[in-house]
Amino acid sequence: MSTDQNILVKLNDAGLQLNNKWLVKGVSLQVEKGKIVTLIGPNGSGKSTTAKIALGIYKKIDGSVEKYTNKVGYVPQKISIDWTLPLRVNDFMMLTESLNKETIDEALSLTGVIHIKDKNLGDLSGGEFQRVLLARAISKKPDLLVLDEPVQGVDFTGEIALYELIKKISDELSCGILLISHDLHTVMSATDHVVCLNGHVCCSGSPMDVAKNNEYKALFGEQASQILSRYQHKHDHIHTDEGEIKKN
Amino acid sequence: MFDDFFIRALVAGIGVAFVTGPLGCFVIWRRLSYFGDTLAHSALLGVTLAFTMEFNIAISVFVISSIIALILIQLQKKTNLPGDALLGLLAHSSLAVGLVVIGFLTFIRFDIMGLLFGDILAVSVDDLLIIWIGGALILLVLKLIWKPLFASTVNYELAEAEGLNPDRAKAIFTILMAAIIAISIKMVGLLLITGMLIIPAAMARNLSSSPQSMVIYSIIGGLLSVIIGLFTSLEFNTSSGPSIITAALLLFILSLFKIKQSIKLKN
Repeated sequence: MSTDQNILVKLNDAGLQLNNKWLVKGVSLQVEKGKIVTLIGPNGSGKSTTAKIALGIYKKIDGSVEKYTNKVGYVPQKISIDWTLPLRVNDFMMLTESLNKETIDEALSLTGVIHIKDKNLGDLSGGEFQRVLLARAISKKPDLLVLDEPVQGVDFTGEIALYELIKKISDELSCGILLISHDLHTVMSATDHVVCLNGHVCCSGSPMDVAKNNEYKALFGEQASQILSRYQHKHDHIHTDEGEIKKN
Repeated sequence: MFDDFFIRALVAGIGVAFVTGPLGCFVIWRRLSYFGDTLAHSALLGVTLAFTMEFNIAISVFVISSIIALILIQLQKKTNLPGDALLGLLAHSSLAVGLVVIGFLTFIRFDIMGLLFGDILAVSVDDLLIIWIGGALILLVLKLIWKPLFASTVNYELAEAEGLNPDRAKAIFTILMAAIIAISIKMVGLLLITGMLIIPAAMARNLSSSPQSMVIYSIIGGLLSVIIGLFTSLEFNTSSGPSIITAALLLFILSLFKIKQSIKLKN
């Protein structure tokens, strides 16, 4: 298969203007099957906006979005659910697609929240709710997962486990993942491609390339650069087309 | 069987309750009570037009209410006024214009009380057909748009991101609202239609823990309200609309004793 057929979503010089102010400008990136693309950047740098542009939530954008799949799972950064709705975890799992019991149970087990299946959504803790959101997004076996800070409010051990799960899902379902995270430590090890945003793309490339980039250092400081370097050992091999692992 | 006006009223009311049950849940979930009121008030204009042009009331009300809904959507886009101000503007002005038009139509005798509060005597066999066929159509369409409508009620961006087209569902739902008002206007009257939508659904909220059970309780509540209300209306010679709504209120008060614990904790 050529690379082009693997593309799930592609942003061409995309941007969004609101009240004559650019929220984000000139973003070009693509998410391919089985690849994890991570957006990093300071607060207000347009990470969530970029994700929403990729999802097609914003209609009046600059540039263009090419979306090649409709099987999308989305974990938004903020979600306000109205408690006038009587909604259990189980109902929420079937929000956008009807799923059978096994699929729901499997997804809830993977994120470790099967025991709260019949609880009212309003009674969950922040971390539990975040795990339910992730379970919902992966349960429909999407081609494209967009995860906007998927582990916020999750306890430390859970955080690592969930990132490992995300990596595993990307491999097993060979779905593409667009990930937004503040947590440079955990994320970078699993990421294939990093896009560093600050209102525009300030640099992008493999985690190592980005770590060496001067603009990145200016934005996050020297320390952040060292954090990335620490994961260098995890990138000491490449996967060849034949599926073999080759040392660099 | 349908010769008896009371049987006709009962059959009509039951038909209406089946439709207001599920629609009422969405009115509560989406916070559309005042929107329903606005459409209902504009129905008076539809009724006057129907009389002037000797046209079917339900269809005329449906058309006028849909137009008002479209105007509302346009005003929301074009002006900087808040939604509730626009709703108030449309609700009261369309009611006023309707009453002014009635003033001009001196050659037709209007039963204003019947229009505002419902009149079981006025339900004809034709009305029954409109209620049951129209009602079945409304429920069918609601079933078709249930998934996108419900998903976008929970969270608009999730629904949009995962390809459910929530804007289309919302537009169709608006038309369904106009349709339910058109078919239930004779039963409950235009001032009380929103009550028929909200009160049984509100009662159902107190008893249910899932969306499906809320819809079912809401339908049961509506059916009980219609039956109790109509028998009271027959017995004490009260207007049908207020009697039905009062019955619904009593059921709501009863439901307060059974509020699900989790809701109390949340608030």
